[in-house]
Amino acid sequence: MFSTFLIILKRDLILAMRHKTDVLTTLFFFIIVVSLFPLGVGIEKSTLQQIAPGVVWIAALLASMLALERLFASDYADGTLEQMILTPQPLSILVLAKVLAHWLLTGLPLVLIAPLVGLQYHLPANSVVVMMLALLLGTPILSMIGAIGAALTLGLRGGGILISLLVLPLYIPVLIYGSGAIADSMLEGVTVRAYLQLLGAFLILALVFSPWATAAAVRISSE
Amino acid sequence: MLKIINLTCTRGDRSLFAGLNFDVKPGKLLHIRGQNGSGKTTLLRTLCGLFLQDTGEVQWGGKNIRSLQEEYRKQLLYLGHHNAIKDDLTGLENLHIEAQLSGEKISEKQCWQALEKIGLRGYEDLPTKALSQGQKRRVALSRLLLSKAKLWILDEPFTALDVSAVDFLQSIIRTHIENDGIVLLTTHQEVSLTSGQSQQLQLGN
Amino acid sequence: MSINWFKYASPASFYPLAGKSIPWFLVCAALLSLFGLYWGFFETPDVLTEQKEYYRIIFVHVPAAWLSMWLYIVLVAWAVIGLVFNTRLSYMLAAAIAPTGAMFTFLSLWTGAFWGKTSWGTWWDWDPRMTSQLILLFLYVGYMALQSAIDETRRADRASALLAIVGLVLIPIIFWSINCPDPNQCAALHQRSSLKTVEANILTAMLIMALAFWSYSFGVIFMRLRNLILERERNSKWIKPLVEETS
Repeated sequence: MFSTFLIILKRDLILAMRHKTDVLTTLFFFIIVVSLFPLGVGIEKSTLQQIAPGVVWIAALLASMLALERLFASDYADGTLEQMILTPQPLSILVLAKVLAHWLLTGLPLVLIAPLVGLQYHLPANSVVVMMLALLLGTPILSMIGAIGAALTLGLRGGGILISLLVLPLYIPVLIYGSGAIADSMLEGVTVRAYLQLLGAFLILALVFSPWATAAAVRISSE
Repeated sequence: MLKIINLTCTRGDRSLFAGLNFDVKPGKLLHIRGQNGSGKTTLLRTLCGLFLQDTGEVQWGGKNIRSLQEEYRKQLLYLGHHNAIKDDLTGLENLHIEAQLSGEKISEKQCWQALEKIGLRGYEDLPTKALSQGQKRRVALSRLLLSKAKLWILDEPFTALDVSAVDFLQSIIRTHIENDGIVLLTTHQEVSLTSGQSQQLQLGN
Repeated sequence: MSINWFKYASPASFYPLAGKSIPWFLVCAALLSLFGLYWGFFETPDVLTEQKEYYRIIFVHVPAAWLSMWLYIVLVAWAVIGLVFNTRLSYMLAAAIAPTGAMFTFLSLWTGAFWGKTSWGTWWDWDPRMTSQLILLFLYVGYMALQSAIDETRRADRASALLAIVGLVLIPIIFWSINCPDPNQCAALHQRSSLKTVEANILTAMLIMALAFWSYSFGVIFMRLRNLILERERNSKWIKPLVEETS
């Protein structure tokens, strides 16, 4: 079972590497959105520090969501998704492998680019660390929950917008605690451990339940 | 081994077929015929477990395929309208991944040999998007050479193939049947395989 | 008992039953509303803290909020039954409930805005309960959007059923995170009074209005359901005489 997981993971990463532009567009979208806010809201240091937590997370939500369309679309179109349903392997494992590949390509880069955001928004070093941790815990959750939406909307017109309508409300807890962690990290004497623990708990819950729901959604869409 | 009991399927608003009963024993080929829209593809997909029927049951070895799940899928090979290959991967990579997913221990060498046998010598290492339609179909069909599944469900397998490939495919199918395998297929083409003594099922009125 | 239970599980037999019950439900709804509003206006104090007469809007606002949440749960219950038993009528019920649920959610938001304006001077202030109602509205809209985006009925039903279930599972987490954005100090955020501290007459009026809204919901949902049945089962034999009747 683990070997099947690795096969699909490797396959998706190889496919993405042969089409590098897909990966980079998500990353650049994130950077652009993050860069636009100061221009629209104000470039004063205190303003930037105040809006940074929310901006980072909203940009991450939007970037994650836009990338979701591509998670299953190509496999659905060429029939490989159908074959995955028909293998003797548990579909949830295959799906989880795809989601992991997707996160490595679209979520992890955001974690790694966080210091750049910290620079743009004048965040103290410890806040940048908290931001990276929160994104590291939170972006996989976004990928996993988003995968359910992506699977439900396979082959439908209005794809991207429809996914956002379905999935954005479900992202709210990650948004609230993710940005809360960054915001509180800038206050004196406040510990952010509770936020990160909550995010960690959500991550585990998502890991346990979402592959099953996503697999069910894939089956429903493949009828 | 494959038994269909009182199968009824509707798609959208249309009732495709109702109260279908038949069985296919090992070593037999069933040719499913019908006009476009008569439900052939839906029937095949229902037999795979991709589509849920309204009433009735599909049984494999006496047990409902819904309860067999993985056990049934191990015995099943389905080739639909799509080739189920990734354009950006080479024929070899495609075949190797597919073989591994089916649970069998297949080496890369065996994949090379299979692709060579099906007439893709020299093309194994190219991304399949560089291949012609017929060649892509051959990559898709190369699975048949490596598969240990007993039940083959093939939807229009002869599409886009040239004469030599059609002959080759027929020989593969014949060998499978001789080895007690079961084949269900649909095809619009006149092939020697299906004229003559094969079982026939006519769908649609 | 089990025989009776499944007797009405087919659209054909439920259709006439629903039809006969609709007038009863609607009349009941009208009467209960009148009664509830009467109670609300005349049996309750004129002034609630500083909010003056305007507080009476809670007799619509609170029951609407209750209904919006209960209807979502009922919707998910029918979605689960549909997925487990593969019964067409369950899916049709879920689809019929959604617009009414969304309507009540919107009503609670709208009346809530009025209440906010008259009591605290602001149309919207992101307080946890109102924000949760807003998210609930998004969940209803998402359900309906997914249903209408998928042409094939079966896939539409099953996909939106799965979506509704995921929504229900996540609702506690979503509402909790809105209520409690700072895990270090949760207790401080409960500013509103709970039901126990509400005066008996006010509670009575709200309960009567809730019953009225339930009655209304049954009536309207059954009406919508009958339309759905006619639309989806239009090729069935039992529909033809009905159609001939009306044409």
